[in-house]
Amino acid sequence: MLDYITSYLKSTSTPGQAGNYFWATVYILIIFGGVSVAVMAMNWLERKALAHFQIRLGPMRVGPHGLLQPIADAVKLLTKEDIIPDGADKMVFWIAPLIILCAAFTTYIVIPFGPTHAVTDLNIGILFMLGVSSLSVLGVVMAGWASNSHYPLIGGLRSSAQMVSYEVAMGMAVVSAVLMTSLHGLGLYGVAANGSGMGTGTLSMISIVQAQYDQQAWFIFKFFPLGFLAFGLFAIAMVAETNRAPFDLPEAESELTAGFHTEYSGLRWSLFMLGEYAAMIAVSSIAVTLWLGGWMRPFPHWLAGGTWDLVFSLFPGFTFLALAGFAFLGVIRMPKHPLFKIQTIGLAGFGAVLGLIGLILFIPPVRDRIQDIYWFAAKVAMFMYLYIWYRATFPRYRFDQLMKLGWKVMLPLGIGVLILTAVLGVIL
Amino acid sequence: MPWDSEMVARFKQRYGSGIREASTYLGQSYMIVDSSLIHEILQLLRDDEGFDYCVDVTAVHYPQREQQFDVVWILYSFARNLRIRVKTLIHETESVPSSVDLWVTADWLERECFDMFGIKFDGHPNLKRILLPDGWKGYPLRKDYGIIQQDKEWVQINLGIESGQ
Amino acid sequence: MNPTSTSNLDLDTRQETFLDANELIINMGPQHPATHGVLRVILKLDGEKVLGTECVIGYLHRGVEKIAENRTYTMFNPYVDRMDYVAAVSNGLGYCEAVEKLLNVEAPPRARYIRVILTELNRLASHQLWLGTHALDIGAMTPLFYTFRDREEILKIFEKYCGARLTTHAFRIGGCVYETYDGFEDDVKKFLKFVPPKIDEYEELLTTNRIWLERTRNVGTISAKDCIAFGVTGPVLRASGVKWDIRKAQPYSGYENFDFEIPTGQNGDTYDRYLVRLAEMRQALRIIDQAVNSIPEGPIMAKIPKVIKPPVGEIYHSIEAPKGELGYFIVSDGSTQPYRVRVRPPSFVNLQALDLMVRGALVADVIAVIGTLDIVLGEVDR
Repeated sequence: MLDYITSYLKSTSTPGQAGNYFWATVYILIIFGGVSVAVMAMNWLERKALAHFQIRLGPMRVGPHGLLQPIADAVKLLTKEDIIPDGADKMVFWIAPLIILCAAFTTYIVIPFGPTHAVTDLNIGILFMLGVSSLSVLGVVMAGWASNSHYPLIGGLRSSAQMVSYEVAMGMAVVSAVLMTSLHGLGLYGVAANGSGMGTGTLSMISIVQAQYDQQAWFIFKFFPLGFLAFGLFAIAMVAETNRAPFDLPEAESELTAGFHTEYSGLRWSLFMLGEYAAMIAVSSIAVTLWLGGWMRPFPHWLAGGTWDLVFSLFPGFTFLALAGFAFLGVIRMPKHPLFKIQTIGLAGFGAVLGLIGLILFIPPVRDRIQDIYWFAAKVAMFMYLYIWYRATFPRYRFDQLMKLGWKVMLPLGIGVLILTAVLGVIL
Repeated sequence: MPWDSEMVARFKQRYGSGIREASTYLGQSYMIVDSSLIHEILQLLRDDEGFDYCVDVTAVHYPQREQQFDVVWILYSFARNLRIRVKTLIHETESVPSSVDLWVTADWLERECFDMFGIKFDGHPNLKRILLPDGWKGYPLRKDYGIIQQDKEWVQINLGIESGQ
Repeated sequence: MNPTSTSNLDLDTRQETFLDANELIINMGPQHPATHGVLRVILKLDGEKVLGTECVIGYLHRGVEKIAENRTYTMFNPYVDRMDYVAAVSNGLGYCEAVEKLLNVEAPPRARYIRVILTELNRLASHQLWLGTHALDIGAMTPLFYTFRDREEILKIFEKYCGARLTTHAFRIGGCVYETYDGFEDDVKKFLKFVPPKIDEYEELLTTNRIWLERTRNVGTISAKDCIAFGVTGPVLRASGVKWDIRKAQPYSGYENFDFEIPTGQNGDTYDRYLVRLAEMRQALRIIDQAVNSIPEGPIMAKIPKVIKPPVGEIYHSIEAPKGELGYFIVSDGSTQPYRVRVRPPSFVNLQALDLMVRGALVADVIAVIGTLDIVLGEVDR
């Protein structure tokens, strides 16, 4: 048994490619669990960070510093009454959140957490991701329609129109990135080392990151400023794609139409929320893979060598130890009141667990394997924080301004970036 | 104190006894005008004298008087920085010409007068109750309407309260 | 309020199915997520465009004018705060000054200065609340919390002065009843140092924000001529270009002693109104600064009889409330109770202009325009 595991751990391909169903299932289960935990953590982070932006504290009572709040929310949503509107189409009403959820989770099959850490490496990886995430539009329209009430319908139509428009801009940005994979040259401007011109372009997610490694430049910096523009385009389009602020008119409360998920309550609503956060993580992963070097640690070529590898591989452990340090800081600052005893102990326990994980991450075999996953997750986490930051700071776009932005500004810009990338790729 | 100004002199010359009184009290000038001339005078005030801002249109109820209502227009002229009041006295069965065609602001102000006093304004595009519900009976700001009086019927029908209070 | 009443919008044009309707009648019901109060707006839409609106008000009508006829002049004073509950001090100032005029007395200089300080603080608080809720309507969640936090400081000063934060009843007929507490000037001066960086913070968040500009530029435009025709006053009028402020045109309560500017705008759109109100906040700080450094000594209450019985007559007195021209028309018949008190509410008259301002705009703009008019339903309905 142990041999089986260790032999697998030394393999050089993903379970899908190796045809290994057992490990593929294990990976899927790990991803499923991981994303669920990530969504809960994201929920907590959103409430806390938003509150701190607004000079208030956020949830403080449920667990120490509100750490158990997502669990309380989940329990509340699960125990709520399941209300279905009278004239609603029951089948469609039931299926709509499932479609969104499945579309969001299916995209995780190809997300590369490391060179062999993906469920599978489809050779049309990026196309698969874009295609499957577009399926969620179907779920949105179904949700709006099945509610049998005009506000959700209008909200659903608006949402879907918004998502479809920004997918076009996203597509343009993605193609620019894919074009860059077909270059042979190294560095920011891809000047061919031996003048041989084109390599093989690829749509596979792992190969895209590999291409960034080979070209010794993250694509965000490639052909500066084109890579940056493409990244910026994608970063904005992905916020609109997931209906988040400042593009959240279809689901805002102070506007008239209340959004496609108005009539949903309890568990069904939580499925929508789960799908939304999962989609956020998925599109952030695309952004990270395509432009920010995926699982690569910073400066793999410039700061190469054994010692630098060692230094960077200590980052995960230190991150968790830092988090544990924050937890213990919180413990020290807890009020010294008998009613707070349980919270203090809880927080201390949480800090201890974090510290333990940090220490585990210092063990050499774990250290090597965890490296890639850590850098990937760190970059995605940065995007998640940006999402929350946008929500706190920006007012909302009006719907016509939103559509104007998508079609009249971002699409021409995307096409321009695409053409220039292609031209530069051929010339240089 | 009588209000001496050339504007008043002009009006008095033109309308004679139509201008019943023009005085100043505590530094504020007002004119009392016949109800048949009121619209014309308001128009002259707006067009010729430059009172382009109608501050308020309101009424006072004097039940003991023969002409029970005092309808008051408070006007202001930006150019002169002068605020005047123009009053007319009407009987409760009479109606007053509406000044919506002169100042759009009179729209809701006159509706409120109608709502509270029952004074009808001829020519108003939409003379309905504004603050009270549409089916309310009675005009609260009149002196014969008690302070805790309510339209019991309306309350019973619309709010479902048996006692009507 | 009767739901089946006909409005001046033709309800019979409602089509059979809402999908192929050309005109849709939508009701923005009395309860709002936006904290403006109970206002019902019936919108007639063509898709997203607004063809016409009708406001249904009166949900908060409490019969204040009728109550006034049954209370003595002094007893009516607290009722006045409850009309525009956000800027209660201004309401009190207007009423007390009106009755003082009727009695032909003037409040002593010290009382006048205290009144000015409290009124300007209240103007600042009212504008801060306006900014927070307006930004929230447009989608920016954070300025609300910032403005409310800063408004707390003002409310603390009010509480120390007269015991109440919101409906202050700070003034009495003839002057002020409470002497300023020990440390009043220090508190105010500390506040004057504390607040300007906060106003800069609000500006930083919103003024040059591209999304804010797109949501507020050319939205709800009203020309100066229309403003005057509609009788709109206050920051709305000033943002349309008319440089008129009662504090300068017909000064009251000692405003002629202070040096301040009247901010105006050019286009009369929502963005200009936002800028005008921000500038007014800074001017209010300027006035408070001048006032607090020169409060004269002396009595705070004029010599008025114990039982207030003004001679027969009428008076109209108006002040520049944060929302516009707030006027009191008081008719006295010589007894201890006023014969008629008419309150000329700025929000009521400003709300009339809503129809003109949102013609041809989109639904999302209606909410922005209601926010920018800065209405308080307590004042609209009285």
